[in-house]
Amino acid sequence: MDVPSDLRYTDDHEWIRDEGETGTIGITAFASEQLGDIVFVELPAPGTRLAAGQAFGVVESVKAVSDLYAPVGGEVVEANGELASRPELVNADPYGGGWMVRLRLDDRAELEGLRDAAAYGTLLAEA
Amino acid sequence: MNGVRPVLEPTLFERSRPGRGDGKVPHPPRDALAGVPAEQRRTAPPALPELSEPEVIRHFVRLSHLNYSVDAGFYPLGSCTMKYNPKLNEWAARLPGFAALHPLAPEALAQGTLQLLWELERLLAEIGGMKAVTLQPAAGAQGELTGILMARAYHEWRGDDARRKVIVPDSSHGTNPATASMAGFETVHVASDGRGDVDLETLRGALGQDVAAVMLTNPSTLGLFEEKICDILEAIHAAGALAYMDGANLNAVLGRFKPGTAGFDVMHFNVHKTFSTPHGGGGPGAGPVGVGETLEPFLPGPRVLRDGDGTFRLERPGERPDSIGRVRAFHGNVGVLVRAYAYIRAHGGPGLMRVSEDAVLAANYVRARIRGAYDIPFDRICKHEFVASAKSLKARTGVRTLDVAKRLIDHGFHPPTIYFPLVVEEALLIEPTETETLETLDAFADALLAIAEEAERDPGTVTSAPHEAPIGRVDEATAARQPNLRWCPAAGAETPCPD
Repeated sequence: MDVPSDLRYTDDHEWIRDEGETGTIGITAFASEQLGDIVFVELPAPGTRLAAGQAFGVVESVKAVSDLYAPVGGEVVEANGELASRPELVNADPYGGGWMVRLRLDDRAELEGLRDAAAYGTLLAEA
Repeated sequence: MNGVRPVLEPTLFERSRPGRGDGKVPHPPRDALAGVPAEQRRTAPPALPELSEPEVIRHFVRLSHLNYSVDAGFYPLGSCTMKYNPKLNEWAARLPGFAALHPLAPEALAQGTLQLLWELERLLAEIGGMKAVTLQPAAGAQGELTGILMARAYHEWRGDDARRKVIVPDSSHGTNPATASMAGFETVHVASDGRGDVDLETLRGALGQDVAAVMLTNPSTLGLFEEKICDILEAIHAAGALAYMDGANLNAVLGRFKPGTAGFDVMHFNVHKTFSTPHGGGGPGAGPVGVGETLEPFLPGPRVLRDGDGTFRLERPGERPDSIGRVRAFHGNVGVLVRAYAYIRAHGGPGLMRVSEDAVLAANYVRARIRGAYDIPFDRICKHEFVASAKSLKARTGVRTLDVAKRLIDHGFHPPTIYFPLVVEEALLIEPTETETLETLDAFADALLAIAEEAERDPGTVTSAPHEAPIGRVDEATAARQPNLRWCPAAGAETPCPD
């Protein structure tokens, strides 16, 4: 199971890439596999303010609809417009082309509270 | 099974031949077009298919032959209670006094219908152990919303605006949290314990002064009777919350467990499940709601009342000011309620108790027959339905619950509910109901066993099933991402695609 080492992870299977002032967020390969073929992704508009743990969108597959939770707090600077026409990117490339939102981070310290790749791997092993 | 697919029926557009239909399009009366602005009028006639009447009849009759229904075969769809719909119900609903009654007819001319509704309220109240019933809600989910809206009205009436949460078990039907959200509440999920019951300690921890109601299904969506239901209800009331019973699984406990008597404040009935009215396209359903004394003032209105002289009338506006008001036009789905009334009267109390006994027996029989080949996560006496799992089968052979379901179609059976409840991996929720013969139950169990055996020996045939249905495995993902909703003639055809 693909768990890139340069990302941080939540217990709900979102990942965040630390880019200094901003962070890019998506769902992990495990999550996209569990959901099955993604058919629709609903994302927030730029300017939306989010708190850590707050639901920021919805991902829908043939089998299930799931809320997406912000790993950290911040303001949405960009949402991945590609996913409107190509939701399958979330399955095909969950850490790259399947990215979902980019936030301007409120508090970089919130990143410390997230799992690193090893800790996320442990979570998956226990599942 | 001979491995041959039935022929799929072409669309009417593909059967169309120019000039065949005789141009039978109704002409608008006289100057009907006068009011239509010039730019909205057609310049060319609509590209309607042209067929003769016999061709149209055969088209739709052939399509109807492709249907599967409970009148055609076994339909063990868990949680739905797909029991046989007695044709006696149809006779009753078609009696002209009911079928031809105008919904705005004066009360003096509607006495028969009003009496039936009044009596049905009392029959359901007795069955549910409740004080009063409304028949207005359109079906189960709207019944849930009605119940939760009454709970909201009750807390508002008490002057308590702190109760913003509704608790539901993690095994609950999706309509429960949806209902809570629609009514403006936040949903809190509590986990089930190792025995599939609501975890009492977790529930106690979640209860507080901020909880308006707890929505429970008993027996649960796992088909198991909540062993600690009395303690659960006590804990809910001690916290000042109301107890809502989702009545979807009532078929298991008729005459033996009365939610109101046990302590539930409000419940809904699914007459299209428990009381044999048609489902889905044969419906609509209906979702009567029963309440105890606490919530009676808040029931939707207008209710049917009986005056001292024995005549029936509707409540007048303002007669019951705490009512949450209307939830449906007129009096709900009255034709459906006539069917439910006929079913209950035909069975009587002893008959309804027998219904539940047979439903529980049938489910336990099928469970016992398939238990070696499929995992039974909670392998104890179940009620009217049980959950099996293909988890081990998948691990050994790669064959999943979805594949088992598709292969059942080749055996001539509608598959059971799959992947619900969400708390069981690779779930199959099987509810035979009480209206099947032993031969049918055995044939279904034999089919499931044959598929499990085929999964070991020749998994490819199972994972590529169905082979005998009019169409094979549907590409659901593409259908959702790029829906093709419209037939258009091929490019370059004489008549282009209508705009």
